[in-house]
Amino acid sequence: MSDDHDDSPIAAQVREFEAVLEARGLVDASELDRALEAFTHRATPANGFRVVARAWVDAEFRARLLDDANSTLPEVGLSMGGGLQPQVLHVVENTADVHNVVVCTLCSCYPIALLGPSPTWYKSTAYRSKVVSHPREVLEQFGLTLPDDTEIRVWDANAESRYMVLPRRPSGTDDLTEAELAERVTRNGLIGTAAV
Amino acid sequence: MSERYRTGDRVRTSTVDPEHHTRLPHYARGKSGTVAGFDGVHPLADLRARGIVQPQQVYLVEFTARELFGQGDHKVTLSLWEEYLSDE
Repeated sequence: MSDDHDDSPIAAQVREFEAVLEARGLVDASELDRALEAFTHRATPANGFRVVARAWVDAEFRARLLDDANSTLPEVGLSMGGGLQPQVLHVVENTADVHNVVVCTLCSCYPIALLGPSPTWYKSTAYRSKVVSHPREVLEQFGLTLPDDTEIRVWDANAESRYMVLPRRPSGTDDLTEAELAERVTRNGLIGTAAV
Repeated sequence: MSERYRTGDRVRTSTVDPEHHTRLPHYARGKSGTVAGFDGVHPLADLRARGIVQPQQVYLVEFTARELFGQGDHKVTLSLWEEYLSDE
């Protein structure tokens, strides 16, 4: 399958649709560009890194984040808004016994506001079909070998909710500041295809 | 809106493979799982794709890999509209 969506029939349909809306004065092209640019500019994995670092240093923030992420994100100046409707976010926590990994088996649903645009492999048929049935093997392909007794939980973002993994804080980081901790987090760590 | 299921309830997913749009993935059809929590009330995707807005309770439902794929020791959680579920 091609990962270049620009030439796909749906992309052509969207361009055609947009052109009709513009021709009829229903959409202002420059306004649309401004809105998209603002959203994509704000949507970077650095947002997710910041959330994780705060959760590592503030146990009460962590508890609120796991309980109700949408209500807690504004504490660090973030939200799941920006799209047509605010999306529900679930943050799932890795522990010594449990490792979480996220997929959208039906398409490519992803918390763009917190993680930025999704990586190509996240949208690939290979990842989407295999991680749900054989997560341990897929994680090994990513270079992450989990102990046999670690329980793996796969979260399929198949409907309205989006997921972000809260990775375990690396050992030997007691002296790091919150900003330094944020630099240790990786995008794959937030999807669950890597440890941090 | 009253919810038909509660956390901990055992449920079975629909076996129907509809011709229209749905958000019940093929691998999770006709499978038994456990309700792990509520996931909000959202328009049923199957109808919304046809322009009909009918909000309905969505549940987080957890399945064992063994139930879904006949093998494996992991768990898989999906968000499923009440429409997709029946009593176990």
